[in-house]
Amino acid sequence: MTRVLFIIILMALVTYIPRVIPFVTISDKTLPKKIRMFLDFVPFTALGALLIPGVFSAIEGELIISLVGVVFAFVYSWKKDNMIISVIGSIGVVYLLMIMR
Amino acid sequence: MRLKAKDGIKAAVPIMIGYFPVAMAFGILAKGGGLVFFETIGFSFILYAGASQFIGVSMIIIGSGVGEIVLATLLLNFRHFFMSASLVQKLGHIQKSLRPILGFFITDEVFSVASFQDGEISESYLLSLEVLSYLSWVTGTAAGYIIGNFLPETLQVSMGIGLYALFVSILVPELKKSSKAIVLALLAGGMNSLLRYVVKIPQGWSIVLSIVLISSIGVLIYGRADD
Repeated sequence: MTRVLFIIILMALVTYIPRVIPFVTISDKTLPKKIRMFLDFVPFTALGALLIPGVFSAIEGELIISLVGVVFAFVYSWKKDNMIISVIGSIGVVYLLMIMR
Repeated sequence: MRLKAKDGIKAAVPIMIGYFPVAMAFGILAKGGGLVFFETIGFSFILYAGASQFIGVSMIIIGSGVGEIVLATLLLNFRHFFMSASLVQKLGHIQKSLRPILGFFITDEVFSVASFQDGEISESYLLSLEVLSYLSWVTGTAAGYIIGNFLPETLQVSMGIGLYALFVSILVPELKKSSKAIVLALLAGGMNSLLRYVVKIPQGWSIVLSIVLISSIGVLIYGRADD
């Protein structure tokens, strides 16, 4: 086995264990109300932390273009409920701005 | 409405579009760093965790120690623990044999899409969403390694906006439904920025801390009303 493969396997283990523990431990269990509420909030807080501040450097070194791209996605999905167009459209907008730069 | 496999397939499309170019960039980076094909594909095949693959390859290239790389990976990916727990709550009964499988494929994007999906999510919905996203990631990695950058470079760079656009599109309908969404998301984003730029803790750790801190604060704020 190569050293790299050995590292990959260890990385995969420490990644897999936290991903799978909740599936094998809390399925079919009713958790206390406060814990359930905490877990219900995780999607909102996770999205917030995944977006900010990373989104400002979505296109490295191009703050304005990154912002225009996500503003497009924001406005489009505010008006229409179509994630696919929103994603492709924002890539298109960013691409145009990158060429015109 | 209980969602089925075909709903999962439909929901996977934007993730597949977002994953492919990023995975391609990973394949190109790994090849450039001197990894052989099966090591590169092994990263995507058995680790399957975007940011940590980039960081892992970079650390291997600069010659970091094994312990250091593994610790960084654990911290970076620990957020998935909370994401899995949150999804399990919504899934209801899950077949025993599927539990270790559904857990393997949890990513930020799969979690976000499934969490805010209209309707009741099911095992078959989640599995099809997960497997298709995974296939896009693995084939993208292979394409990057084998073909290299067949897209014009500017287009490939532009595709980096894709996953952020996906996150925004998931969040926006929630912002319309309640003020809770915007309050929690902005607080978590603010906390993450503070932790990264002011306290200067590493990125992976700051995301998981922001999720835990702000979700707990949320329980304090919104939990009272129900007491």
